[in-house]
Amino acid sequence: MEKLMADLKTQIIQQLNLQEVKPEDIGNDQPLFKEGLGLDSIDALELIVLLQQYHNIRIANPEDGPNIFYSVRTMAEFITAEKAKQG
Amino acid sequence: MKAFIQGTGSISAQDSNVFPATIRAYEGNRLPVADPDYKQWIDIKQIRRMGRVIKMGVGASHISLQDAGLTQPDAIIMGTAYGCLADTGVFLNKLVTQREDMLTPTAFIQSTHNTVGGQIALMLGCHAYNNTFVHGAFSLENALQDGLLLLRENPSHQVLAGAVDEITDYSHSILSRFGLYKQAATGALLQSGTPGTMAGEGAAFFVLAGERNERSQAELTGVEMLYKPASPEETAAQLRSFLQRHGLQPADVDLLVTGRNGDAKGDAYYNTVENSLFAGRPVAAFKHFCGEYPTAAAFGMWMVVKALQAQQVAGEAMVKGRAPAQLKRVLIWNHQHTTHHSFILLSAC
Amino acid sequence: MSEHVWIAGGEVICGIGMDLAACLEAFEKMQPGMGAMQHLRSVHANTFPVVEVKADNDTLAAMAGMPAHWSRTALLSMIAARGAWESTGLGAVANYRVGLVSANTVGGMDKTEQFMEAFLHDAAGGRLREVVHHECGSITELVADALGIRHHVSTISTACSSGANALMYGARMIRSGMLDVVIAGGTDSLTRFTLNGFNTLMILDQQKCRPFDDTRTGLNLGEGAGYVVLVSDRLAEKVQPWCKLSGFANANDAYHQTASSPDGTGNSMAMRGALDMAGLQPADVDYINLHGTGTQNNDSSEGLAIMRLFEPTYPPVSSTKSFTGHTLGASGGIEAVFAAYALQQGIIYPNAQFTTPMKELPFTPATAFSRGNALRHVMSNSFGFGGNCSSLVFSK
Repeated sequence: MEKLMADLKTQIIQQLNLQEVKPEDIGNDQPLFKEGLGLDSIDALELIVLLQQYHNIRIANPEDGPNIFYSVRTMAEFITAEKAKQG
Repeated sequence: MKAFIQGTGSISAQDSNVFPATIRAYEGNRLPVADPDYKQWIDIKQIRRMGRVIKMGVGASHISLQDAGLTQPDAIIMGTAYGCLADTGVFLNKLVTQREDMLTPTAFIQSTHNTVGGQIALMLGCHAYNNTFVHGAFSLENALQDGLLLLRENPSHQVLAGAVDEITDYSHSILSRFGLYKQAATGALLQSGTPGTMAGEGAAFFVLAGERNERSQAELTGVEMLYKPASPEETAAQLRSFLQRHGLQPADVDLLVTGRNGDAKGDAYYNTVENSLFAGRPVAAFKHFCGEYPTAAAFGMWMVVKALQAQQVAGEAMVKGRAPAQLKRVLIWNHQHTTHHSFILLSAC
Repeated sequence: MSEHVWIAGGEVICGIGMDLAACLEAFEKMQPGMGAMQHLRSVHANTFPVVEVKADNDTLAAMAGMPAHWSRTALLSMIAARGAWESTGLGAVANYRVGLVSANTVGGMDKTEQFMEAFLHDAAGGRLREVVHHECGSITELVADALGIRHHVSTISTACSSGANALMYGARMIRSGMLDVVIAGGTDSLTRFTLNGFNTLMILDQQKCRPFDDTRTGLNLGEGAGYVVLVSDRLAEKVQPWCKLSGFANANDAYHQTASSPDGTGNSMAMRGALDMAGLQPADVDYINLHGTGTQNNDSSEGLAIMRLFEPTYPPVSSTKSFTGHTLGASGGIEAVFAAYALQQGIIYPNAQFTTPMKELPFTPATAFSRGNALRHVMSNSFGFGGNCSSLVFSK
């Protein structure tokens, strides 16, 4: 889980072109949207692509986004759960 | 219809802070913009979602608004021939190589032509009229004309109008295949006498007001476009009647500034008309400073506004005769491929 | 100079008809044009319904009298622009100072995306002929040259409001006396670029779209072209104008790059501005042709803006995109033709696929085609990415 969260931070920075943000600047439980990192609806769509591209997971319903993408940890937990389902 | 220019801003291959005292020369077949630090105008959180052409447009528009002492324009109108090439290229690349899978929204959103104008409005929180023209070498001129039409309805307003175009590796590669460019040095480009020119890019914006005041830097006396004239003779006739509509003869123009770009055929066209209407008169050029691109006349216009204020033209800009001692009326005549001609008449005020 | 600007005629080509008469028949018979794509190649062919013009490029080229290698965007534009001119009975273009103001969003992208496949393999690959008309303005010039229009040629691109802005610019030039006639509107053809672009925003419906319906889940893309012919007072006396373009306004939402503000600030300002120019009150509007794309966001913002501006009484409203799909750069032009013609004929178009009223709105769209309505003033809305909001008002 720790490695997954560390990887996710690097992937997020890259996918969203977050200039001058380093992985260590993003807290595991820091809210990604609104406060915290201040991401918006377009970023949410980018994160959906990130899940597909790096983790082979497709989200059909963008409305699930806010829960999955709440923080790096919730993303990691979601990915771990999905991978377990995939077997 | 005329307007007063209250402020200008330019981002180009030249350093606006020192031009024309210091002129940058280039060798090769393109003149790239030396990107300024865009963070001085754009917040780091927003900059990440802005392609280069958007940053250029936002930067130049901010410089012109600041120059005019204006925070909220009454309209934002711009022109771009190519639009947002970098993101269009990124999206097309992914479309093809990823076979329409896992494409990214940011590249798509940034690819749309009105993104620059939209972003300027978004950053200013400006709800006013907002338009984008995308018509090749007439993009700037239509933006200016739209501004003049708005000011005709509301003379007390101030309109932000400008243009931007960029070069990307893809676009340069493709345009080169049309035989447009050649290897040259800007210092000798205009005397080269061979086919081809050097590519350029950049953004320039102007704040136009319906009413003159102490901040007015110059007057945009008139703007016209001429599409596919049959011959240089027709162009000369149209140029003459454009001047007549403003009560002027060619001899009343203190300086003619042309869009000469070093391409032999295109430059010969300028020569033909100059010899018929402006024989013996001083002529200047600007594309050896900024390169050739469809909205390059915006750089020319910026250069002339500065010259009118300083009442001085850089020696390096002159291609025929000597820089005139007095600048009251300057005519910019630019053409692209001899098919698209624009006449922009500027006056001291 | 001209005090008023008149609509002397118009024409459309889109996924429900090859001309205006065919479109009217489709509205009357409740036949929306959504279906699986037949002409565009895409991996999403069976996922998203689209509203293609029901003809391949060879057929369109024959109709247009133009080469089949032209971009589909240009072929559609040619058919509608020439049709619009001919509908006026003005005669030869050369007798007037004529302008063409056209709008599109991606120019000749249908050809460019084919070029890119070869080019990405090899920088010397791909036929240059496929990119020579890539630029938005080049498409307009193909049509201007074919029609013999030289006095003024321009192209506007402000996403979904493009076509409406073309009418505004044309109208201003006529008012100022610069031109006598302007063919104004827009064109766009379906491309993989656009289809995939909208898919990344996750606003495409996998079913037929349901504008202004509480259960709506997105838009269907369409294609087509639509132009009106604007004329001055002096010329209006020589023809049988449909109506006047009495008011228009362009405002910017300045809220987000693609989403509309929840309270529809830009939308409200555009509608109010158009009414102000026309010297009208909201109660004077007898029908609104909605932007109505069928996305959660647009319909809610547009609906709320209408609610606040028009309360307590609401005119009939409908989204013709429920038939034609969202035709992007063409939509402002196509819908201007529909709106102006509706005014002249007393027609109200139906809003298809409607079953469930939106909870937050006190009005619902018209669901049946009707003639014989007493219409004095009709409004047409076009709201797009980049916050570009435009509204047109047509009057008898």
